[in-house]
Amino acid sequence: MRIFDPHIHMTSRTTDDYRAMYDAGVRAVTEPAFWLGQPRTSVDSFLDYFDGLLGWERFRASRFGIAHHATIGLNPKEANDPRCIGVLEKLPRYLAKDGVVAVGETGFDSMTPEEEFAFVRQLELAGEHELPAMVHTPHRDKEAGTRRTLEIVAQSGLDAADVVVDHLNERTVDMVLDSGSWAAFSIYPDTKMSPDRMVTILQRVGLERVMVNSAADWGHSDPLTTLYTGRAMLAAGFTEDDVDRVLWRNPVEFYGRSGRLVLPDENASAPAADFAGNSLARGEAID
Amino acid sequence: MTQPNAGLDTGLDTQRLAQQQERVRTDPGALPVLFAAAARTLGRGPASDHDAAGDPDDLLHPRLEDLGRRELLLAWRPVAGAPAAAVEVLADLYHHGDADERRAVLRALRDLDLDSVPAAALDMVRDALRANDTRLVAAAVGPYASEHLPDGEWRHAVLKCLFTGVPLAAVDGLERRRDDELVRMAAALAAEREAAGREVTADTRRLIGADAGAPADTAATDTKD
Repeated sequence: MRIFDPHIHMTSRTTDDYRAMYDAGVRAVTEPAFWLGQPRTSVDSFLDYFDGLLGWERFRASRFGIAHHATIGLNPKEANDPRCIGVLEKLPRYLAKDGVVAVGETGFDSMTPEEEFAFVRQLELAGEHELPAMVHTPHRDKEAGTRRTLEIVAQSGLDAADVVVDHLNERTVDMVLDSGSWAAFSIYPDTKMSPDRMVTILQRVGLERVMVNSAADWGHSDPLTTLYTGRAMLAAGFTEDDVDRVLWRNPVEFYGRSGRLVLPDENASAPAADFAGNSLARGEAID
Repeated sequence: MTQPNAGLDTGLDTQRLAQQQERVRTDPGALPVLFAAAARTLGRGPASDHDAAGDPDDLLHPRLEDLGRRELLLAWRPVAGAPAAAVEVLADLYHHGDADERRAVLRALRDLDLDSVPAAALDMVRDALRANDTRLVAAAVGPYASEHLPDGEWRHAVLKCLFTGVPLAAVDGLERRRDDELVRMAAALAAEREAAGREVTADTRRLIGADAGAPADTAATDTKD
Protein backbone atom coordinates (compact mmCIF):
# COMPACT_ATOMS: atom_id res chain seq x y z
CA MET A 1 0.00 0.00 0.00
CA ARG A 2 1.48 3.36 -1.00
CA ILE A 3 0.23 6.30 0.98
CA PHE A 4 0.26 10.08 0.47
CA ASP A 5 -0.91 11.73 3.68
CA PRO A 6 -2.36 15.01 2.38
CA HIS A 7 -2.61 16.64 5.82
CA ILE A 8 -0.18 15.95 8.64
CA HIS A 9 1.77 18.27 10.95
CA MET A 10 5.17 16.60 11.00
CA THR A 11 6.89 19.40 12.92
CA SER A 12 4.88 18.11 15.88
CA ARG A 13 5.97 14.49 15.39
CA THR A 14 9.05 12.45 16.17
CA THR A 15 11.53 10.58 14.04
CA ASP A 16 9.95 7.36 15.36
CA ASP A 17 6.79 8.49 13.58
CA TYR A 18 8.69 9.03 10.35
CA ARG A 19 10.09 5.51 10.55
CA ALA A 20 6.67 4.00 11.34
CA MET A 21 5.08 5.96 8.50
CA TYR A 22 7.70 4.77 6.03
CA ASP A 23 7.20 1.17 7.18
CA ALA A 24 3.44 1.65 6.71
CA GLY A 25 3.90 2.75 3.09
CA VAL A 26 3.84 6.53 3.47
CA ARG A 27 6.04 8.01 0.73
CA ALA A 28 4.74 11.57 0.55
CA VAL A 29 3.05 14.09 2.82
CA THR A 30 1.65 17.59 2.72
CA GLU A 31 2.06 19.64 5.88
CA PRO A 32 -0.35 22.56 6.18
CA ALA A 33 0.76 25.59 8.18
CA PHE A 34 -1.40 25.78 11.29
CA TRP A 35 -1.76 26.88 14.91
CA LEU A 36 0.98 25.70 17.23
CA GLY A 37 -1.19 25.08 20.28
CA GLN A 38 0.33 28.19 21.82
CA PRO A 39 -0.67 31.50 20.27
CA ARG A 40 1.98 33.33 18.28
CA THR A 41 2.58 36.94 19.21
CA SER A 42 4.21 38.33 16.07
CA VAL A 43 4.50 38.02 12.32
CA ASP A 44 8.16 37.03 12.62
CA SER A 45 7.12 33.95 14.55
CA PHE A 46 5.13 32.84 11.49
CA LEU A 47 8.06 33.46 9.18
CA ASP A 48 10.39 31.26 11.21
CA TYR A 49 7.72 28.58 11.16
CA PHE A 50 7.26 28.83 7.38
CA ASP A 51 11.04 28.70 6.91
CA GLY A 52 11.10 25.56 9.03
CA LEU A 53 8.33 23.91 7.00
CA LEU A 54 10.16 24.61 3.74
CA GLY A 55 13.65 23.99 5.09
CA TRP A 56 14.46 21.73 7.99
CA GLU A 57 11.24 19.70 7.95
CA ARG A 58 11.57 18.91 4.26
CA PHE A 59 15.15 17.78 4.85
CA ARG A 60 14.16 15.79 7.93
CA ALA A 61 11.45 13.95 5.98
CA SER A 62 13.88 13.15 3.19
CA ARG A 63 16.15 11.38 5.69
CA PHE A 64 13.31 8.90 6.21
CA GLY A 65 12.42 8.40 2.58
CA ILE A 66 9.34 10.64 2.57
CA ALA A 67 8.70 13.53 0.17
CA HIS A 68 7.50 16.59 2.08
CA HIS A 69 5.37 19.44 0.76
CA ALA A 70 3.69 22.31 2.56
CA THR A 71 0.71 24.59 2.35
CA ILE A 72 1.40 28.12 3.56
CA GLY A 73 -1.16 30.45 5.08
CA LEU A 74 -2.62 32.19 8.10
CA ASN A 75 -4.75 29.74 10.09
CA PRO A 76 -8.31 30.81 11.04
CA LYS A 77 -7.72 30.91 14.78
CA GLU A 78 -4.86 33.40 14.58
CA ALA A 79 -6.56 35.44 11.88
CA ASN A 80 -8.43 36.92 14.85
CA ASP A 81 -5.25 38.27 16.45
CA PRO A 82 -4.29 41.76 15.25
CA ARG A 83 -0.67 40.99 16.08
CA CYS A 84 -0.66 38.21 13.47
CA ILE A 85 -2.77 39.53 10.60
CA GLY A 86 0.24 41.26 9.03
CA VAL A 87 1.52 37.89 7.90
CA LEU A 88 -0.92 38.12 4.97
CA GLU A 89 1.41 40.69 3.43
CA LYS A 90 4.33 38.29 3.75
CA LEU A 91 2.61 35.34 2.09
CA PRO A 92 3.29 36.14 -1.60
CA ARG A 93 7.00 35.54 -1.26
CA TYR A 94 6.40 32.13 0.30
CA LEU A 95 3.74 31.17 -2.21
CA ALA A 96 6.36 31.44 -4.96
CA LYS A 97 8.45 28.63 -3.47
CA ASP A 98 8.95 25.13 -4.82
CA GLY A 99 7.78 23.14 -1.81
CA VAL A 100 4.48 25.02 -1.52
CA VAL A 101 1.59 23.13 -3.12
CA ALA A 102 -1.38 25.13 -1.81
CA VAL A 103 -2.50 28.11 0.25
CA GLY A 104 -3.72 27.10 3.70
CA GLU A 105 -4.96 26.06 6.15
CA THR A 106 -7.45 28.87 5.81
CA GLY A 107 -11.18 29.00 6.49
CA PHE A 108 -13.28 29.36 9.64
CA ASP A 109 -12.78 28.60 13.30
CA SER A 110 -15.32 30.79 15.11
CA MET A 111 -16.90 32.37 12.01
CA THR A 112 -15.76 35.91 12.79
CA PRO A 113 -15.49 38.82 10.31
CA GLU A 114 -11.71 38.75 10.86
CA GLU A 115 -11.58 35.10 9.82
CA GLU A 116 -13.67 35.83 6.77
CA PHE A 117 -11.38 38.69 5.76
CA ALA A 118 -8.27 36.49 5.97
CA PHE A 119 -10.05 33.62 4.22
CA VAL A 120 -11.19 35.75 1.29
CA ARG A 121 -7.76 37.35 0.92
CA GLN A 122 -6.03 33.99 0.91
CA LEU A 123 -8.37 32.62 -1.76
CA GLU A 124 -7.38 35.66 -3.83
CA LEU A 125 -3.72 34.85 -3.24
CA ALA A 126 -4.32 31.27 -4.36
CA GLY A 127 -5.70 32.59 -7.62
CA GLU A 128 -2.83 35.03 -8.09
CA HIS A 129 -0.24 32.29 -7.53
CA GLU A 130 -2.12 29.58 -9.45
CA LEU A 131 -2.24 27.40 -6.36
CA PRO A 132 -4.99 25.25 -4.91
CA ALA A 133 -6.46 26.20 -1.54
CA MET A 134 -6.66 23.99 1.53
CA VAL A 135 -9.66 24.93 3.66
CA HIS A 136 -10.27 24.01 7.29
CA THR A 137 -13.85 23.70 8.53
CA PRO A 138 -14.81 24.62 12.08
CA HIS A 139 -15.22 22.03 14.81
CA ARG A 140 -18.11 23.98 16.34
CA ASP A 141 -21.23 24.66 14.27
CA LYS A 142 -19.63 22.70 11.44
CA GLU A 143 -22.63 22.49 9.09
CA ALA A 144 -23.26 26.23 9.05
CA GLY A 145 -19.53 26.89 8.80
CA THR A 146 -19.14 24.53 5.87
CA ARG A 147 -22.10 26.06 4.08
CA ARG A 148 -20.67 29.57 4.49
CA THR A 149 -17.24 28.26 3.41
CA LEU A 150 -18.70 27.00 0.14
CA GLU A 151 -20.47 30.31 -0.51
CA ILE A 152 -17.19 32.16 -0.13
CA VAL A 153 -15.37 29.70 -2.40
CA ALA A 154 -18.10 30.15 -5.01
CA GLN A 155 -17.71 33.93 -4.84
CA SER A 156 -13.91 33.77 -5.04
CA GLY A 157 -13.70 32.97 -8.71
CA LEU A 158 -11.50 29.96 -8.02
CA ASP A 159 -12.28 26.73 -9.81
CA ALA A 160 -14.09 24.63 -7.19
CA ALA A 161 -11.80 21.74 -8.13
CA ASP A 162 -8.84 23.81 -6.90
CA VAL A 163 -10.23 23.76 -3.37
CA VAL A 164 -10.17 21.00 -0.77
CA VAL A 165 -12.50 21.34 2.20
CA ASP A 166 -11.19 19.38 5.15
CA HIS A 167 -12.33 17.80 8.44
CA LEU A 168 -15.65 16.72 6.96
CA ASN A 169 -18.16 14.25 8.36
CA GLU A 170 -21.41 12.51 7.44
CA ARG A 171 -23.33 15.78 7.67
CA THR A 172 -21.05 17.96 5.56
CA VAL A 173 -19.64 15.73 2.81
CA ASP A 174 -22.51 15.98 0.34
CA MET A 175 -22.63 19.75 0.07
CA VAL A 176 -18.89 19.84 -0.57
CA LEU A 177 -18.92 17.19 -3.29
CA ASP A 178 -22.00 18.78 -4.87
CA SER A 179 -20.11 22.08 -5.08
CA GLY A 180 -17.34 20.50 -7.15
CA SER A 181 -14.66 20.84 -4.50
CA TRP A 182 -12.60 18.06 -2.97
CA ALA A 183 -13.78 16.44 0.23
CA ALA A 184 -11.17 15.55 2.86
CA PHE A 185 -11.52 13.58 6.05
CA SER A 186 -9.24 13.61 9.07
CA ILE A 187 -9.20 10.17 10.66
CA TYR A 188 -8.62 10.51 14.40
CA PRO A 189 -8.33 7.88 17.10
CA ASP A 190 -11.51 8.96 18.88
CA THR A 191 -13.03 12.12 17.53
CA LYS A 192 -13.43 13.66 14.07
CA MET A 193 -13.78 10.51 11.96
CA SER A 194 -12.96 6.81 12.34
CA PRO A 195 -11.78 4.31 9.67
CA ASP A 196 -15.08 2.39 9.81
CA ARG A 197 -17.21 5.50 9.45
CA MET A 198 -14.95 6.58 6.60
CA VAL A 199 -15.55 3.29 4.79
CA THR A 200 -19.30 3.75 5.14
CA ILE A 201 -19.03 7.24 3.65
CA LEU A 202 -16.91 5.95 0.75
CA GLN A 203 -19.47 3.23 0.05
CA ARG A 204 -22.11 5.91 -0.19
CA VAL A 205 -20.38 8.77 -2.05
CA GLY A 206 -17.74 6.91 -4.08
CA LEU A 207 -14.04 7.63 -4.50
CA GLU A 208 -13.99 10.67 -6.74
CA ARG A 209 -12.54 13.88 -5.22
CA VAL A 210 -12.18 12.25 -1.79
CA MET A 211 -9.02 12.37 0.33
CA VAL A 212 -8.19 10.77 3.65
CA ASN A 213 -5.62 12.17 6.06
CA SER A 214 -4.37 11.64 9.60
CA ALA A 215 -4.12 15.36 10.45
CA ALA A 216 -1.72 14.11 13.12
CA ASP A 217 -0.31 16.92 15.23
CA TRP A 218 0.60 17.64 18.85
CA GLY A 219 -2.81 16.50 20.09
CA HIS A 220 -4.16 12.99 20.59
CA SER A 221 -3.70 11.69 17.06
CA ASP A 222 -2.06 8.90 15.09
CA PRO A 223 0.05 9.28 11.92
CA LEU A 224 -0.98 5.81 10.73
CA THR A 225 -4.75 6.30 10.50
CA THR A 226 -4.39 6.50 6.71
CA LEU A 227 -3.05 2.93 6.81
CA TYR A 228 -5.88 1.82 9.10
CA THR A 229 -8.41 3.33 6.72
CA GLY A 230 -6.83 1.49 3.79
CA ARG A 231 -7.06 -1.78 5.70
CA ALA A 232 -10.68 -1.08 6.65
CA MET A 233 -11.46 -0.43 2.98
CA LEU A 234 -9.95 -3.78 1.97
CA ALA A 235 -11.82 -5.58 4.74
CA ALA A 236 -15.06 -4.04 3.48
CA GLY A 237 -14.49 -5.31 -0.05
CA PHE A 238 -12.81 -2.37 -1.77
CA THR A 239 -10.00 -3.39 -4.13
CA GLU A 240 -6.32 -2.56 -3.80
CA ASP A 241 -6.77 -0.19 -6.73
CA ASP A 242 -9.59 1.58 -4.87
CA VAL A 243 -7.32 2.02 -1.86
CA ASP A 244 -4.50 3.30 -4.08
CA ARG A 245 -6.86 5.81 -5.61
CA VAL A 246 -7.97 7.24 -2.27
CA LEU A 247 -4.63 7.08 -0.47
CA TRP A 248 -2.29 8.00 -3.33
CA ARG A 249 -3.72 8.99 -6.71
CA ASN A 250 -6.34 11.41 -5.39
CA PRO A 251 -3.92 13.53 -3.33
CA VAL A 252 -1.42 13.41 -6.20
CA GLU A 253 -4.12 14.68 -8.55
CA PHE A 254 -5.24 17.45 -6.20
CA TYR A 255 -1.88 18.80 -5.08
CA GLY A 256 -0.49 18.13 -8.56
CA ARG A 257 -2.71 20.99 -9.70
CA SER A 258 -0.02 23.26 -8.22
CA GLY A 259 2.51 21.97 -10.78
CA ARG A 260 4.96 21.76 -7.90
CA LEU A 261 4.60 18.24 -6.58
CA VAL A 262 7.92 16.38 -6.53
CA LEU A 263 7.44 12.70 -5.87
CA PRO A 264 9.81 9.77 -5.49
CA ASP A 265 10.93 8.04 -8.64
CA GLU A 266 8.75 4.96 -8.97
CA ASN A 267 11.72 2.97 -10.18
CA ALA A 268 14.12 4.12 -7.49
CA SER A 269 15.25 1.64 -4.93
CA ALA A 270 13.86 2.02 -1.44
CA PRO A 271 15.93 3.96 1.05
CA ALA A 272 18.68 1.89 2.56
CA ALA A 273 18.60 0.99 6.22
CA ASP A 274 20.31 4.24 7.08
CA PHE A 275 17.84 6.17 4.93
CA ALA A 276 20.76 7.88 3.19
CA GLY A 277 20.42 6.25 -0.20
CA ASN A 278 17.06 7.63 -1.16
CA SER A 279 16.50 9.30 -4.47
CA LEU A 280 13.64 11.56 -3.47
CA ALA A 281 15.59 14.69 -4.09
CA ARG A 282 15.79 13.82 -7.74
CA GLY A 283 12.11 13.31 -8.36
CA GLU A 284 10.50 15.02 -11.28
CA ALA A 285 7.82 17.64 -11.01
CA ILE A 286 4.31 16.58 -11.94
CA ASP A 287 2.51 19.18 -13.98
CA MET B 1 34.58 20.96 -4.54
CA THR B 2 33.44 20.54 -8.09
CA GLN B 3 32.91 23.88 -9.74
CA PRO B 4 29.76 24.36 -11.77
CA ASN B 5 30.48 24.97 -15.41
CA ALA B 6 28.38 27.23 -17.57
CA GLY B 7 25.76 24.52 -17.47
CA LEU B 8 24.33 25.40 -20.83
CA ASP B 9 24.63 21.93 -22.32
CA THR B 10 23.41 20.01 -19.32
CA GLY B 11 19.65 20.07 -19.64
CA LEU B 12 18.69 23.58 -18.61
CA ASP B 13 15.98 25.26 -20.65
CA THR B 14 18.43 27.58 -22.37
CA GLN B 15 15.82 29.59 -24.22
CA ARG B 16 13.96 30.42 -21.05
CA LEU B 17 17.23 31.06 -19.24
CA ALA B 18 18.25 33.63 -21.87
CA GLN B 19 14.89 35.38 -21.47
CA GLN B 20 15.21 35.45 -17.70
CA GLN B 21 18.81 36.67 -17.84
CA GLU B 22 17.70 39.53 -20.07
CA ARG B 23 14.87 40.26 -17.69
CA VAL B 24 17.11 40.58 -14.61
CA ARG B 25 19.55 42.76 -16.57
CA THR B 26 16.82 45.24 -17.44
CA ASP B 27 14.68 44.75 -14.31
CA PRO B 28 16.83 43.63 -11.37
CA GLY B 29 13.77 43.73 -9.14
CA ALA B 30 12.50 40.62 -10.92
CA LEU B 31 15.33 38.53 -9.52
CA PRO B 32 13.69 37.25 -6.30
CA VAL B 33 10.65 35.79 -8.06
CA LEU B 34 12.66 34.26 -10.92
CA PHE B 35 15.24 32.92 -8.49
CA ALA B 36 12.58 31.21 -6.35
CA ALA B 37 10.89 29.62 -9.37
CA ALA B 38 14.08 28.59 -11.19
CA ALA B 39 13.78 24.85 -10.54
CA ARG B 40 10.29 24.83 -12.02
CA THR B 41 11.07 27.07 -14.96
CA LEU B 42 14.68 26.25 -15.92
CA GLY B 43 15.20 22.66 -14.86
CA ARG B 44 15.49 20.35 -11.89
CA GLY B 45 17.55 17.25 -11.20
CA PRO B 46 21.09 15.95 -11.39
CA ALA B 47 23.23 17.93 -13.81
CA SER B 48 25.96 15.43 -14.50
CA ASP B 49 26.49 11.71 -14.92
CA HIS B 50 28.19 11.22 -11.59
CA ASP B 51 27.51 8.10 -9.57
CA ALA B 52 24.30 9.12 -7.79
CA ALA B 53 24.67 6.39 -5.18
CA GLY B 54 27.98 7.93 -4.12
CA ASP B 55 26.51 11.41 -3.71
CA PRO B 56 22.78 10.96 -3.04
CA ASP B 57 22.23 14.51 -1.79
CA ASP B 58 24.39 16.15 -4.46
CA LEU B 59 26.73 17.53 -1.85
CA LEU B 60 29.61 17.40 -4.32
CA HIS B 61 27.85 18.07 -7.59
CA PRO B 62 25.65 20.97 -8.66
CA ARG B 63 22.11 20.17 -9.66
CA LEU B 64 20.32 21.73 -12.61
CA GLU B 65 18.48 24.13 -10.33
CA ASP B 66 21.81 25.23 -8.82
CA LEU B 67 23.13 25.97 -12.29
CA GLY B 68 20.00 27.81 -13.36
CA ARG B 69 20.07 30.02 -10.27
CA ARG B 70 23.79 30.59 -10.69
CA GLU B 71 23.30 31.79 -14.25
CA LEU B 72 20.62 34.21 -13.08
CA LEU B 73 22.94 35.61 -10.42
CA LEU B 74 25.83 35.99 -12.86
CA ALA B 75 23.59 37.86 -15.31
CA TRP B 76 22.20 40.09 -12.56
CA ARG B 77 25.49 40.95 -10.83
CA PRO B 78 26.81 43.59 -13.33
CA VAL B 79 23.63 45.65 -12.91
CA ALA B 80 23.50 45.18 -9.13
CA GLY B 81 25.89 48.01 -8.34
CA ALA B 82 28.61 48.10 -5.73
CA PRO B 83 29.45 44.97 -3.72
CA ALA B 84 27.75 46.42 -0.63
CA ALA B 85 24.48 46.85 -2.51
CA ALA B 86 24.77 43.46 -4.20
CA VAL B 87 25.41 41.59 -0.99
CA GLU B 88 22.34 43.18 0.54
CA VAL B 89 20.17 41.71 -2.20
CA LEU B 90 21.93 38.35 -1.91
CA ALA B 91 21.36 38.28 1.85
CA ASP B 92 17.69 38.97 1.21
CA LEU B 93 17.55 36.08 -1.29
CA TYR B 94 19.35 33.84 1.16
CA HIS B 95 17.33 34.65 4.25
CA HIS B 96 14.02 34.48 2.40
CA GLY B 97 15.10 31.38 0.52
CA ASP B 98 14.29 27.74 1.08
CA ALA B 99 17.24 25.36 1.42
CA ASP B 100 17.67 25.04 -2.35
CA GLU B 101 17.76 28.79 -2.87
CA ARG B 102 20.17 29.25 0.03
CA ARG B 103 22.43 26.61 -1.36
CA ALA B 104 22.52 28.31 -4.76
CA VAL B 105 23.49 31.64 -3.20
CA LEU B 106 26.25 30.04 -1.15
CA ARG B 107 27.65 28.19 -4.13
CA ALA B 108 27.82 31.35 -6.21
CA LEU B 109 29.31 33.72 -3.60
CA ARG B 110 32.90 33.49 -4.80
CA ASP B 111 32.01 34.53 -8.34
CA LEU B 112 29.89 37.59 -7.53
CA ASP B 113 32.61 40.17 -6.81
CA LEU B 114 32.08 40.23 -3.05
CA ASP B 115 35.70 40.15 -1.91
CA SER B 116 35.45 43.66 -0.52
CA VAL B 117 32.45 42.89 1.71
CA PRO B 118 33.45 39.66 3.43
CA ALA B 119 31.69 40.44 6.69
CA ALA B 120 28.29 40.68 5.01
CA ALA B 121 28.85 37.70 2.75
CA LEU B 122 30.20 35.59 5.60
CA ASP B 123 27.01 36.20 7.56
CA MET B 124 25.33 33.84 5.13
CA VAL B 125 28.14 31.31 5.34
CA ARG B 126 27.97 31.37 9.14
CA ASP B 127 24.21 30.96 9.11
CA ALA B 128 24.54 27.89 6.92
CA LEU B 129 27.28 26.46 9.12
CA ARG B 130 24.91 26.62 12.08
CA ALA B 131 22.38 24.49 10.16
CA ASN B 132 22.15 20.72 10.36
CA ASP B 133 20.95 20.40 6.78
CA THR B 134 23.98 18.76 5.16
CA ARG B 135 23.26 20.38 1.80
CA LEU B 136 23.70 23.81 3.39
CA VAL B 137 26.81 22.82 5.33
CA ALA B 138 28.41 21.41 2.17
CA ALA B 139 27.59 24.55 0.18
CA ALA B 140 28.97 26.77 2.95
CA VAL B 141 32.46 25.23 2.86
CA GLY B 142 33.08 26.30 -0.71
CA PRO B 143 35.68 28.72 -2.05
CA TYR B 144 34.27 31.84 -0.42
CA ALA B 145 34.68 30.28 3.03
CA SER B 146 38.14 28.96 2.28
CA GLU B 147 39.24 32.41 1.15
CA HIS B 148 37.60 34.51 3.85
CA LEU B 149 36.55 32.52 6.91
CA PRO B 150 38.91 33.08 9.89
CA ASP B 151 40.98 30.10 10.98
CA GLY B 152 39.03 29.18 14.09
CA GLU B 153 35.66 29.17 12.37
CA TRP B 154 37.04 27.42 9.33
CA ARG B 155 38.45 24.58 11.42
CA HIS B 156 35.10 24.16 13.15
CA ALA B 157 33.41 24.11 9.76
CA VAL B 158 35.65 21.23 8.67
CA LEU B 159 34.99 19.43 11.93
CA LYS B 160 31.27 19.91 11.44
CA CYS B 161 31.59 18.18 8.07
CA LEU B 162 33.21 15.22 9.81
CA PHE B 163 30.43 15.17 12.40
CA THR B 164 27.54 15.41 9.98
CA GLY B 165 28.97 13.15 7.29
CA VAL B 166 29.59 15.83 4.68
CA PRO B 167 32.46 14.42 2.59
CA LEU B 168 35.66 16.42 2.92
CA ALA B 169 35.74 16.49 -0.87
CA ALA B 170 33.15 19.24 -0.47
CA VAL B 171 35.60 21.41 1.49
CA ASP B 172 37.41 23.87 -0.75
CA GLY B 173 41.06 24.60 0.01
CA LEU B 174 41.48 21.81 2.54
CA GLU B 175 45.07 21.06 1.64
CA ARG B 176 46.00 24.73 1.65
CA ARG B 177 44.39 25.57 5.00
CA ARG B 178 44.90 22.29 6.86
CA ASP B 179 47.08 23.05 9.89
CA ASP B 180 48.27 21.37 13.08
CA GLU B 181 45.32 22.64 15.11
CA LEU B 182 42.80 21.17 12.68
CA VAL B 183 44.66 17.85 12.76
CA ARG B 184 44.64 17.94 16.56
CA MET B 185 40.89 18.56 16.62
CA ALA B 186 40.23 15.76 14.13
CA ALA B 187 42.48 13.39 16.09
CA ALA B 188 40.51 14.20 19.25
CA LEU B 189 37.31 13.38 17.40
CA ALA B 190 38.81 10.07 16.26
CA ALA B 191 39.88 9.25 19.83
CA GLU B 192 36.41 10.07 21.13
CA ARG B 193 34.79 7.86 18.52
CA GLU B 194 37.19 4.98 19.20
CA ALA B 195 36.57 5.24 22.93
CA ALA B 196 32.86 4.98 22.23
CA GLY B 197 33.34 1.99 19.98
CA ARG B 198 32.09 3.97 17.00
CA GLU B 199 33.49 4.00 13.52
CA VAL B 200 36.15 6.55 12.60
CA THR B 201 35.42 7.62 9.05
CA ALA B 202 37.96 7.34 6.27
CA ASP B 203 37.86 11.12 5.86
CA THR B 204 38.80 11.61 9.50
CA ARG B 205 41.64 9.12 9.24
CA ARG B 206 42.94 10.77 6.11
CA LEU B 207 42.81 14.21 7.66
CA ILE B 208 44.90 13.16 10.65
CA GLY B 209 47.29 11.27 8.41
CA ALA B 210 46.45 7.91 9.93
CA ASP B 211 45.31 6.36 6.71
CA ALA B 212 46.59 8.37 3.79
CA GLY B 213 45.61 5.76 1.22
CA ALA B 214 41.98 5.33 2.26
CA PRO B 215 39.29 6.25 -0.21
CA ALA B 216 37.43 9.47 0.51
CA ASP B 217 34.00 9.37 2.14
CA THR B 218 31.08 9.95 -0.11
CA ALA B 219 27.59 9.64 1.26
CA ALA B 220 26.29 11.61 4.21
CA THR B 221 24.99 9.38 6.97
CA ASP B 222 24.07 11.54 9.93
CA THR B 223 22.44 14.89 10.47
CA LYS B 224 23.01 15.44 14.16
CA ASP B 225 25.85 17.76 15.02
